[in-house]
Amino acid sequence: MSDIFKVGTYTFHSRLIVGSGKYKDFQTTKDATEASEAEMITVAVRRVNITDPGKENLLDYIDPKKYTILPNTAGCFNAEDAVRTLRLAREAGGWDLVKLEVLGDTETLYPNVVETIKAAETLVADGFQVMVYTNDDPIVARRLEEVGCVAVMPLGNPIGSGRGLANPFNIRVIKQRANVPIVVDAGIGTASDAAKAMELGADAALINTAIAEAKDECLMATAMRDAVRAGRSAFLAGRMQKRAFANASSPTEGYIWD
Amino acid sequence: MSDSIAIHLNGEERSFSASNLMDLIAELGLEQRMIAIELNLEVVPKSQYGETALKAGDRIELVHMIGGG
Repeated sequence: MSDIFKVGTYTFHSRLIVGSGKYKDFQTTKDATEASEAEMITVAVRRVNITDPGKENLLDYIDPKKYTILPNTAGCFNAEDAVRTLRLAREAGGWDLVKLEVLGDTETLYPNVVETIKAAETLVADGFQVMVYTNDDPIVARRLEEVGCVAVMPLGNPIGSGRGLANPFNIRVIKQRANVPIVVDAGIGTASDAAKAMELGADAALINTAIAEAKDECLMATAMRDAVRAGRSAFLAGRMQKRAFANASSPTEGYIWD
Repeated sequence: MSDSIAIHLNGEERSFSASNLMDLIAELGLEQRMIAIELNLEVVPKSQYGETALKAGDRIELVHMIGGG
């Protein structure tokens, strides 16, 4: 299949990006990630627990040679902390493709776009390929593209809310005006949300909680895999026009009573 | 054996016998781990761990990757 997902200098076959947070254990993280057939997985950067430094680590289960690791800046509330975090991540694993998110407050987890833009400018100048989490605001999305981000990732709804796409119209507008990939990040709660995002023209979907908090994580991972594929195919196929009234599917001539 | 040096490691004051970052990582048993170090707000390249001496009062952040979305 030739439908390649290109982000900066990277290419992928899968348009599903998964997160690695909230799983009950590392084995489930690994199994669900494999089931999703995603090629890119987000990780967070945190202090090593100095009192127990040797205990097992996420990357013992998620092989960085097999997956493109996408370090994030989750929990950062200003540009400076986000830049520090990603510079550390780059040194740890050599990763230059990163997910920038600078949050505004702990209740909504909505992005602070002013600090996000500031951090993006610094990171782009420092050679990072920045995939940036932002609001579903077409003006901000364009600004982030102009700053040099390699992908813009508008939220569907607040992080971890599973509420689907609050504003499908904005996702479509952002996509129509963009020259970089648009990834719907945050808010996807179930397979139909993922399919809808892709039908709107999103280039990819980033999903974490919807898989990690499903009763059967691996089955939901395959559901998301299939939904992203189905939505993408439907988008490429070009949907039919909607009509106000019915339009018979069978011929309206040659009836036996004619 | 050198005297131990008191540093701020991940927000806690701790003493180590290590005299440089490479020895510090060994003392913590993290040689095989994918980690990164920030020394007084500057990221230290792995290649310089051996030559980066620890000084009393250094503020060090030692990080790794965990699950996140």
